[in-house]
Amino acid sequence: MTISTPRHTGFPPSPGFAADTGLLPSPVPVRLIDADGAEHSDERYPLPSGDSLLDAYARLVAGRRVNDQANALVRQGRLAVYPSSHGQEACQVAAAAVLQARDWLFPTYRDSVAVMSRGVDPLQVLTLLRGDWHSGYDPYEHRVAPQATPLATQLLHAVGVAHAAKLKGEDTVVLALCGDGATSEGDFHEALNFAAVFHVPVVFFVQNNEYAISVPLRSQTVAPSLAHKAVGYGMPGERVDGNDVAALLAVLGAAVRRAREGGGPSLVEAHTYRMQPHTNADDATRYRTADEVQRWEPLDPLLRIRTFLRSSGLLDDAAEAGLAADAETVATAMRDGLNADVEPEPMALFEHVYSRRTPQLAEQAELLRSELERDAAAVEPDTRDTGATR
Amino acid sequence: MAATTTEVPPGTRQAADTADSTDNAPLTFAKALNTALADEMAADSTVVMFGEDVGPLGGVFRITDSLTARFGAERCFDTPLAESGIVGMAVGMAMNGLRPVVEMQFDAFAYPAFEQIVSHVAKMPNRTKARIKLPMVIRIPYAGGIGGVEHHCDSSESYYAHTPGLTVVAPATVADAYSLLREAIRLDDPVIFLEPKKLYWTKERVDLAGLRRAADDAAQTGRSAAGGIGTAAVARPGTDATLIAYGPSVSTALAAAAAAEVEGRSLEVIDLRSIVPYDDATVDASVRRTGRAVVIAEAPGFASVASEIAARVSERCFHSLAAPVRRVTGFDVPYPAPKLEHWFLPGVDRILDAVDELQWDEPGDGADVLAGDSLAGGTAAVDTGSEGHL
Repeated sequence: MTISTPRHTGFPPSPGFAADTGLLPSPVPVRLIDADGAEHSDERYPLPSGDSLLDAYARLVAGRRVNDQANALVRQGRLAVYPSSHGQEACQVAAAAVLQARDWLFPTYRDSVAVMSRGVDPLQVLTLLRGDWHSGYDPYEHRVAPQATPLATQLLHAVGVAHAAKLKGEDTVVLALCGDGATSEGDFHEALNFAAVFHVPVVFFVQNNEYAISVPLRSQTVAPSLAHKAVGYGMPGERVDGNDVAALLAVLGAAVRRAREGGGPSLVEAHTYRMQPHTNADDATRYRTADEVQRWEPLDPLLRIRTFLRSSGLLDDAAEAGLAADAETVATAMRDGLNADVEPEPMALFEHVYSRRTPQLAEQAELLRSELERDAAAVEPDTRDTGATR
Repeated sequence: MAATTTEVPPGTRQAADTADSTDNAPLTFAKALNTALADEMAADSTVVMFGEDVGPLGGVFRITDSLTARFGAERCFDTPLAESGIVGMAVGMAMNGLRPVVEMQFDAFAYPAFEQIVSHVAKMPNRTKARIKLPMVIRIPYAGGIGGVEHHCDSSESYYAHTPGLTVVAPATVADAYSLLREAIRLDDPVIFLEPKKLYWTKERVDLAGLRRAADDAAQTGRSAAGGIGTAAVARPGTDATLIAYGPSVSTALAAAAAAEVEGRSLEVIDLRSIVPYDDATVDASVRRTGRAVVIAEAPGFASVASEIAARVSERCFHSLAAPVRRVTGFDVPYPAPKLEHWFLPGVDRILDAVDELQWDEPGDGADVLAGDSLAGGTAAVDTGSEGHL
């Protein structure tokens, strides 16, 4: 499909962001480093600094190691499930890297690496997937909302946080993540429309990885691109190569700056690929070919930036060894933490349902407490096996 | 917040402006709600009100009348027409330090927001171990009796009451409309606030100044006002049987009790005031005294709040009961067209018929009603004072 880029002169200009096309995204995804690691210049988006690219590469190495370790822990039965972002790590680390401490990140279940990249302890991130509790971290400590499992619902929460920030006069930007499947949900529509109508500082970041579990993008939408959906709400959309961390930093960084400067919301679509199944419960061979997966392998986000950094002299063997060691430290801590058996406190079931426990919950808590006491008494040594009477 | 007509730093409370109060003046239910909103918005600058048509129009029932003019368009504003968006945005605003109050225009119009309500509003505090609290109120014009067209008269309380994490309030008097709404806004938990539509135009003489003082005192001390949310009221004392009702059914129950008095029967009427938390203590004490109970609600009876109450009373007061607990509810049919709703709604005659069937014969006389699995006969109306002891 050929994508035309007419000028929508009737719309307000969007300075610093897709300014040359009005609200429409660029006809091809923004790319700053080619698949072979060479710089690919784009007049609208300068290449990020060497330091920020090195920092992103460090995050990528750690993120890849986290994905691999988490997959291994699923196989060992230490995690109930893990939706891997293998292949999408550039999107993950860029989402965290472009935000400042006062900003908010709204992640989905697949965005564990983004949450960790924001500084949240990996063990706390994995609590959800381990089965201890539904959210293991303090959302306010790093300004990261709980990972969302229903699709697109969190986008509205992101709009609400941004709206409250605007009303309170806070200089806060909210970056909300979702996948390609989520763009079909009603809440996606409502969130973008609300954000545009209230002109709040939100960046909607769609990681288009081509599949919603088994349903390919072509069965999800017939829009020219997901970024084109922004136009209907009156906000700019942009497409970016989701395996090019430099382009992601540039485009997401521009969107965040635009939001912070009062430019309102925008939509960024990253074109990437989910290299692994949806989760360990999924059989990806039923809906896609090995050839297709192999075509994406040379586009790996780590390879590309690594080639660039090596050829630019920004990265050498010693630095690489250091990054690998750092990543291994993270993986070891994850492994050790998840190998330790942690039994959640059963009475915690009743702790946080209401600020003031209802009489009914008080009764039920008392029932569970008496059951726990009975169970504790029942496992006293020798009382059962010997049939001893008391 | 900037550009509002009341410049109050966020998070501060002020005593309610009593300048426009006229003590003991007749007040409509609708005006009581409007006054409660205005008083709480004046007292707490973090309270914001939004929804469909709640701005200059003042809501389709005028509950938000004049709020935009008085507090500014940032404190009371219209949203795009999208219920999930309204509730989802409120979640984010509550996460970020505000106390949103939202209006769902009609009961059945709230269903697009159902996922946000049950999956997020109800669960967010629990999943984050109460690090995220959601001090928000979802106001819903509710139930029937006004001759509304389709989708304008559902009784949806069972959906919400069945969802742990939600507080569900249904006022039945003008005084409660004022006091319970103010308390609901101050509560740190999310509240479903059900406003019986047929009561909007009822007028009562209330001590508004006294109610205001009580609400301000409760806000100062951080405690619930006496008889606040979670406390049922004895709307009419009686000795022979207990009618248990809430919201729109309380007035019907009171009418039935007045009619029964003419026939020589003294019926006590309990107004639950809040469905969650449910006040077992007040209900149980009444039923143990009278030995007979009828639960009255407009909603279809199958798997309903009325079913739950009947089951609880049966379990908890079994040895005090002279007869099985009866339910008088709407039929298990979709809410009917206006010319049929008269046949659907529990009316005085249907309540009195149910009361007549509560085995008024002396023990031993009523062999027919004591047959089968009713175990109540021999202990009719005997309050042993301790359940389980005969």
